[in-house]
Amino acid sequence: MASGVKPRVKVPKTATAGDIITIKTLISHKMESGQRKGKDGNIIPRSIINRFTCDFNGQNVIDVTLEPAISTNPFFEFEAMVPESGEFKFIWYDDDGDVYEAAKSITAS
Amino acid sequence: MKLTRRDALALALGATAASFLPLRAMASSDEVIAMFTGGADVGAGGLTLTAPEIAENGNTVPVSVDAPGATSIIVIATGNPTPAVATFNFGPLSGSQAASTRIRLAGTQDVIAIAKLADGSFVQASSTVKVTIGGCGG
Repeated sequence: MASGVKPRVKVPKTATAGDIITIKTLISHKMESGQRKGKDGNIIPRSIINRFTCDFNGQNVIDVTLEPAISTNPFFEFEAMVPESGEFKFIWYDDDGDVYEAAKSITAS
Repeated sequence: MKLTRRDALALALGATAASFLPLRAMASSDEVIAMFTGGADVGAGGLTLTAPEIAENGNTVPVSVDAPGATSIIVIATGNPTPAVATFNFGPLSGSQAASTRIRLAGTQDVIAIAKLADGSFVQASSTVKVTIGGCGG
């Protein structure tokens, strides 16, 4: 599904160096589980986001493997350490090979 | 070729076995756990799994896991058609070994979380969630 996918990320704009901040991410995606049946009685093929990663200045923060049991519009909340100013990079990997990206920069003082 | 009763029985058995194969391919929750732990013993304590006691809608059940010092945490819904839910791997910059997400549950069941700690041992926590409306369609 390449249309209507919109990643949304909430990261504070500033932090003290060495601080731990909370990050919330949401991406609009129908996450078709491959279990449901359509109107014609046939199973709707699986189409989900199967992996999500978050990196800060090239260093990994979290790497999540998603299965069909994750809800529509996958939401994640986690914490990250900010050693310096830089950029958070968020990447979602779709079953169909698409990759959705988002980036947020943060200033550490 | 003459089809004897013995042949017919063998054929029927083969067909039954073949029809069970796709079901077998779907891993049970025990197999998922074994794949994650590699057969190691799973202890208790040091892992917090937060899930609601009653979920009205099985389509979005908020769960969160927290295991200080863990390198990865797997969440398993034992009563789902595909029991594995998600695996969180924490990198060097993770602020805490905790994460929240929303999951689908097919019905009332136990949700299990297993954390792999930095020393290679495993701990487990589980929580029963009552689901009013299942979240897997059908």
